Amino acid sequence: MKSILAVLTVIAVIIALWYAACVPMNIKGVLVEAERAGAEVQPPSAKVRRDMGEIGLIIDNSFAIPATWEQARPRLPAPHQVATELWNTTVGKKITSKRSLIYHGWVTLSATLLGFAIGTGLGILLAVGIVHSRVMDMSVMPWAIVSQTIPIIALAPMIIVVLYSVGVQGIIPKAVISAYLSFFPVVVGMVKGLRSPDHMQLDLLRTYSASQSQGFWKLRLPASMPYLFASLKIGIAASLVGAIVGELPTGAVAGLGARLLAGSYYGQTVQIWSALFAAAILAACLVALLGLIERMVLKRMGIAS
Amino acid sequence: MTTESTTQPVIKARQLDLTFQTNDGPVHALKDVNLDINKGDFVSFIGPSGCGKTTFLRCIAALETPTGGTLSVNGMSADEARRNRAYGYVFQAAGLYPWRTISKNIKLPLEIMGYSKSDQDKRVSEVLELVDLAGFGGKYPWQLSGGMQQRASIARALAFDADLLLMDEPFGALDEIVRDHLNEQLLQLWARTNKTIGFVTHSIPEAVYLSTKIVVMSPRPGRITDVIESPLPKERPLDIRDTPEFIEVAHRVREGLRAGHSDD
Repeated sequence: MKSILAVLTVIAVIIALWYAACVPMNIKGVLVEAERAGAEVQPPSAKVRRDMGEIGLIIDNSFAIPATWEQARPRLPAPHQVATELWNTTVGKKITSKRSLIYHGWVTLSATLLGFAIGTGLGILLAVGIVHSRVMDMSVMPWAIVSQTIPIIALAPMIIVVLYSVGVQGIIPKAVISAYLSFFPVVVGMVKGLRSPDHMQLDLLRTYSASQSQGFWKLRLPASMPYLFASLKIGIAASLVGAIVGELPTGAVAGLGARLLAGSYYGQTVQIWSALFAAAILAACLVALLGLIERMVLKRMGIAS
Repeated sequence: MTTESTTQPVIKARQLDLTFQTNDGPVHALKDVNLDINKGDFVSFIGPSGCGKTTFLRCIAALETPTGGTLSVNGMSADEARRNRAYGYVFQAAGLYPWRTISKNIKLPLEIMGYSKSDQDKRVSEVLELVDLAGFGGKYPWQLSGGMQQRASIARALAFDADLLLMDEPFGALDEIVRDHLNEQLLQLWARTNKTIGFVTHSIPEAVYLSTKIVVMSPRPGRITDVIESPLPKERPLDIRDTPEFIEVAHRVREGLRAGHSDD
């Protein structure tokens, strides 16, 4: 009960700060609109107002404060504007509509999930190789690390161009970018997890003269499960980022990335913010879902008490 | 001992040497170790840390490779014996898999060695009975006390019926009362199964109480300083520890340990 109160307090503070920030952010635009509508604005010259501080303008024109939360194209939309837009574009629109965030979210989600599956599979395979072969440990691991130092925003257009030139387009290039971001945490986590059994455990298997593959299936793989899930949670969030980034340089017409891009073309800040929130909510749901699966799997394994 | 003393010893070490190469130079873990262990013996290795008692046990288990001398287990090389699954090994910590129940933990070696499903079940219930854990097969390790976990790990080492049981300070992490109890049980188990047991400890009463043969070792370099054949009867209630015979053997062990210390 106490923790719920604390969480709610934090949320309330954030929302209050947000509303407060809307006032100075939007005041100049509001005053221009008010002037056009015939209201008396202090000072009357737009030129003078441009060089004035926001705080002074607010003090002089306190009547305009409520309007800073109601603009059609604010610099910073107010929370309820974003919430309304989110509601209208999810519940209020048919899923087949090109303006439905559910539709756009699904486009991005499908690329995310495909990329996540590819990335996870690749990550696990690489980790198994790295753990069992010194050569792979020395040769693959440095490249895996280097791969993550290149900004994905720089790499994404090249991946799309290269794949397009060999005739691959649609969901695959986005999934590839997504996989590119998500394989890394899985490699790192799984290498750590597969190496987590201590000397004693390995010696024990040696006393049974167990084979390498028996050691893998019976000891290393189950021991790595908690590490795998920790990695998967990072990986799925990275996958989503990858899929969105993959939509930006292509001029894609669908997907959360496309909504972000279209919003910024037309100065539709409310649309941008609602797409951002949709992405955040989607990521939170995916991570929560993985957390649920983790709990179920570990419980079945008897690890979680 | 009976007529078994005429047959080949189970373990035969001659001039065994093991030198580890470390960054600080070579470390003489074992030097010139000669020892016979006969079938049915309960042999304790006792000495201060660094005397090579665990190293010697690991050599028998082929977890370490000696750098000199000869060592045979069941008449073959230690590594061949390991591949023939000649021994069960009990480590200091129980090392049960947290994701397996006690039964499944005991089945681990059986699965690896390819026992049939029905045979696995039969053996699991047998050894659970043997270590007094019947009824706990379905529990997970974290649901058991430290002493019970260690008993489960002994059951795991017994499950595939190797004639040789190697134990490396198996009760070292347990408190005195639990330890006494487990020692008593271990003797009963040994009497019932007639296994040959190699047991590493640094407790003098434990070594004297359990063993038919006590090997006293000392460090730098790790070597055997005394081998004591225990005059105590095979039947040993816990209060045998108050008899003059027991105290005399314990005294000799202590003297041996002290002698090993004085000349380094």
